[in-house]
Amino acid sequence: MATQHSRSAARFMMAPAVVLLLGWMLVPLTMTLYFSFKKYLPLRGGDLGWVGFDNYVRFVSSSSFWPSVQTTLVIVGGVLAITLVLGTLLALLLDQPMWGQGIVRILVIAPFFVMPTVSALIWKNMFMDPNYGLFSYLWEFFGAEPIQWMSQASLTSIIIIVSWQWLPFATLILLTAIQSLDSEQLEASEMDGATTIKRFWHIILPHLSRAMTVVLLIQTIFLLSIFAEIFVTTGGAFGSKTLTYLIFQRVLESQNVGLGSAGGVYAIILANIVAIFLMRIVGKNLDK
Amino acid sequence: MARAVTTQRKAFNTLLAWGIGLGIFFPILWTILTSFKTEGQAIADPPLFLMFDWTLENYAVVQERSDYMKFLTNSVVIAGGSTLLGILIAIPAAWSMAFVPSKRTKDILLWMLSTKMLPAVGVLYPIYLLFIELGILDTRTGLVVVLMLINLPIIVWMLYTYFREIPSEILEAARMDGASLKSEILYVLTPMAIPGIASTILLNFILAWNEAFWTLNLTAAKAAPLTAFIASYSSPEGLFYAKLSAASTMAIAPILILGWFSQKQLVRGLTFGAVK
Repeated sequence: MATQHSRSAARFMMAPAVVLLLGWMLVPLTMTLYFSFKKYLPLRGGDLGWVGFDNYVRFVSSSSFWPSVQTTLVIVGGVLAITLVLGTLLALLLDQPMWGQGIVRILVIAPFFVMPTVSALIWKNMFMDPNYGLFSYLWEFFGAEPIQWMSQASLTSIIIIVSWQWLPFATLILLTAIQSLDSEQLEASEMDGATTIKRFWHIILPHLSRAMTVVLLIQTIFLLSIFAEIFVTTGGAFGSKTLTYLIFQRVLESQNVGLGSAGGVYAIILANIVAIFLMRIVGKNLDK
Repeated sequence: MARAVTTQRKAFNTLLAWGIGLGIFFPILWTILTSFKTEGQAIADPPLFLMFDWTLENYAVVQERSDYMKFLTNSVVIAGGSTLLGILIAIPAAWSMAFVPSKRTKDILLWMLSTKMLPAVGVLYPIYLLFIELGILDTRTGLVVVLMLINLPIIVWMLYTYFREIPSEILEAARMDGASLKSEILYVLTPMAIPGIASTILLNFILAWNEAFWTLNLTAAKAAPLTAFIASYSSPEGLFYAKLSAASTMAIAPILILGWFSQKQLVRGLTFGAVK
């Protein structure tokens, strides 16, 4: 029933958002691509000419590349595993009848609203500090030697911090999905004598699979680019340098823009591979 | 759900859930408690929970020493400005996609979403360079623009999912009565869409407030918001636990309260309508 008039009006109204996002995407992307084929050192001579795929080869063959890929995978994988498993269990628990459910929900969601620099600093200093952190008291209380979290267990520390931040997200989304489950179906299965475990495997888990996939993909995209949590804890030291952090160091710290840009292109490709899967799911939902 | 549950079972659930909930919340609680201790009490062995001399001194010291108000103002201006600007640009776009959909609408929506997937670090230098060229490095204007752009896809999506829930019969009726496009939007749609718009504003304000890549990399002394203010405590000042806690509490308290109001919208906003 849209008239020709309202169609052109619609196009006109969409224009600002589309043009801005197109510019936001194309301009920096083109520049990154352009720099990635140049030897470009702003503080040491500036633009030193075209170098073809040199930066791409050098970025991959540098000694910090593979460790950074490994670190990225360990952090992303660790956080995903923890948040998905604990998030599912917690969502199942929160769906049960109890007193004060609303308040518990609020307590569980709270970490998501804490800014990354704050949560990283609180954990680093007040919990994981080897001298005054609460963990060191706890370890000493049980007669164990306190752990030097940031240096001896840097990846574990970062995984704990980031999981704490993202557990609320996973829990909240999975809880929403559980609550949309048809309770009649559950009751029927209960009457048929299905055990709790069977109900979980055959009814709840399949129902949750889509929400879990969404959580997995969205978190992956955000986790691939975590920055502040590393910036204020280890600063990339002690084997905690992710791909994102490595690129940041190349570009801003050592001001090797060409090399960093080539790294940026890799990061963009990596994120796009994940994004394609996410878009498929979201796109399917749009047709409904 | 009408399933019968014994009181015993309910009590068990309650205990378990409260225990876990308090455990998850504990770091925040501990920070708030520590902010009221003296530095000596903050590192007391064994740790003090409630039995200490409550003091407001840390808040005074942090305010005085670090110009907290300046950072707070920057946070409010940057998060608020980017959200409002984004809403103004997104409302017409979401409106037209929800009510005058074309064959391309779905593609445009998905493409907008894809810009959100662009890893920030991949375009860090170009943005940095553009900011220098335009003279907006370390300005609030620069950050308002960048944060508006990174959140625009989420704003459009959230508004789109809210607008789509408005029954189109009402719009048709308004058109039959001879309402113009402008009055249709102003008097028919907007009132119905206000709850959706409000929750979109809330969620995006929170996201912008907590954004910690661009705010750390594109600011220095002048435009730095609270994320950068806290990062400046990383060391060695971070060892003053009571002051770190006071600063942290001041940085997260406003958003924690806003966040609790927005928890229902959170799911929709962050999953782009894929989970409702």
